[in-house]
Amino acid sequence: MSTTNRVPVDVIGIGLHPFGRFEDRTVTEMGVAAVRAALHDAGIDSSDRPGFQAAFCGTAYSGVAAGHKVLGALARTGMPIVDVEAGCASGGAALMLAASAIRAGQYDTVLVFGMEKMPRGIIRSSFFEPWREHAGLAATPAYFALRAQRLMRERGLTKEHLAQVVVKNRSHGVLNPDAMYQSETSVDAVLATRVVCEPLHLHMLCSPNEGAAAVVLRRGTGSSGAVRLEAAVLRSHLPGSVLGEATPLAGIDDSDITPPSTLAADAAYAEAGIGPEDVDVVECQDTDAARELLGWEELGLCVPGDQARILASGDANLGGARPINPSGGLLSKGEPLGASALGQVVELVRQLRSTAGARQVHGARVALAHTVGRGANASVTILTH
Amino acid sequence: MTPDAQTQPVVDGVFADDPARLLGARCELCEQTSFPRLDGCPYCGSETITPVELSDHGALWGWTTVLHAPPGYLGSVPYGFGIVELPEGVRVVTRLAVPEDWWSFGQPMHLGTAEVGVDPDGVVLTTWEFSP
Repeated sequence: MSTTNRVPVDVIGIGLHPFGRFEDRTVTEMGVAAVRAALHDAGIDSSDRPGFQAAFCGTAYSGVAAGHKVLGALARTGMPIVDVEAGCASGGAALMLAASAIRAGQYDTVLVFGMEKMPRGIIRSSFFEPWREHAGLAATPAYFALRAQRLMRERGLTKEHLAQVVVKNRSHGVLNPDAMYQSETSVDAVLATRVVCEPLHLHMLCSPNEGAAAVVLRRGTGSSGAVRLEAAVLRSHLPGSVLGEATPLAGIDDSDITPPSTLAADAAYAEAGIGPEDVDVVECQDTDAARELLGWEELGLCVPGDQARILASGDANLGGARPINPSGGLLSKGEPLGASALGQVVELVRQLRSTAGARQVHGARVALAHTVGRGANASVTILTH
Repeated sequence: MTPDAQTQPVVDGVFADDPARLLGARCELCEQTSFPRLDGCPYCGSETITPVELSDHGALWGWTTVLHAPPGYLGSVPYGFGIVELPEGVRVVTRLAVPEDWWSFGQPMHLGTAEVGVDPDGVVLTTWEFSP
């Protein structure tokens, strides 16, 4: 299903450092673990140095030259190393740069990794001017709450529907040994957690945390047998929306403005030569439970307003027609910003290789990953096997 | 609120406090109203804007209550947070009075000012706030 006259790009290696809280580990150590695993998976051993011609590292909070520190520890330097920040889509941005460089003929093999060690609690972001923080206008969960409130009003959704998303994803997370939360929950239990900002309760929000993920891309051959990267697209917001991850101080009518997730998805579908109906398995940004339900329609995975029916049908659950967030999503894994997009890619490569164990989506051939976050940035990745 | 030497706005050039007004701009090209005031239009990119004071009332478009102090916040919780749609057609992200159960979509809201808290120099900082 690749479009013609395009250099194919394969994912030849994946690696992950689990997502969670690791008091005794630095972000560099987590990055090293993920990169080492990906290189091993790709068959790049110690005799192949450096083993790739460029490296792109997605991270938002790791500081200056963070990627260089990781590759320095691995004695794999000398090539261009570029640290990329695009909010929650940082890893997607790094992937886009790497794939584009291979398609342009610049490199044959490129390392892409992402890592983060987030402080606990509400994410503090230099995105907000100090006065907005002082005045209480930098309350990130409150922006999510306003969007959830509008989505519920416009799509006929209730808090119970939001809780059902958490129940779904956490039931998947039970099967993921790399997730932060590996326990089931219930609608009642979710609604019994404290309110953060109405209508969002604590367990409807993902936890910013720590972790790392890495993939190795290589210029593909006709029939390599590897998972193929069909599209890695990054987009930003159009002017005007008051509710998107742009977190503005004012905006206009959201219904007239195409969100960045849709811009990215449409471009990715076109690049891959497929439509949303062809996708077998999805990893979708679930910063909060309403964000996932909004993502379904932004990505063309459902008709706007069909979310409640899909939740009731079980179609988005493991074993359903098209599982969404089989990894458990960020609601189970937590969100290490720079690593989250590549963590999705690692999960989907496992799904397409049929090595996802107890959470395997049987017969999955086409997979889509989606992140959206501060900026606003959105990334959509499509993989096939 | 009576201004005095110990009280000042949390930011300059974004709102006026006596009487309370938001300082926006109107684009001469696309005619869209914007807030806060920049040196161009954030909707069409035009550099020909006219400074305007925005309406001091609007319709409630979204609201929530912040229960836990976010990073860098100098005030107390709970406080209201939401979006008010002004007659000019711009939706402003704003601090609100603490929401009450009877609030509803579209209800009229009026602009005022409120004390946020005290900065490290002992100055009382004020911001704008909408309330019913």
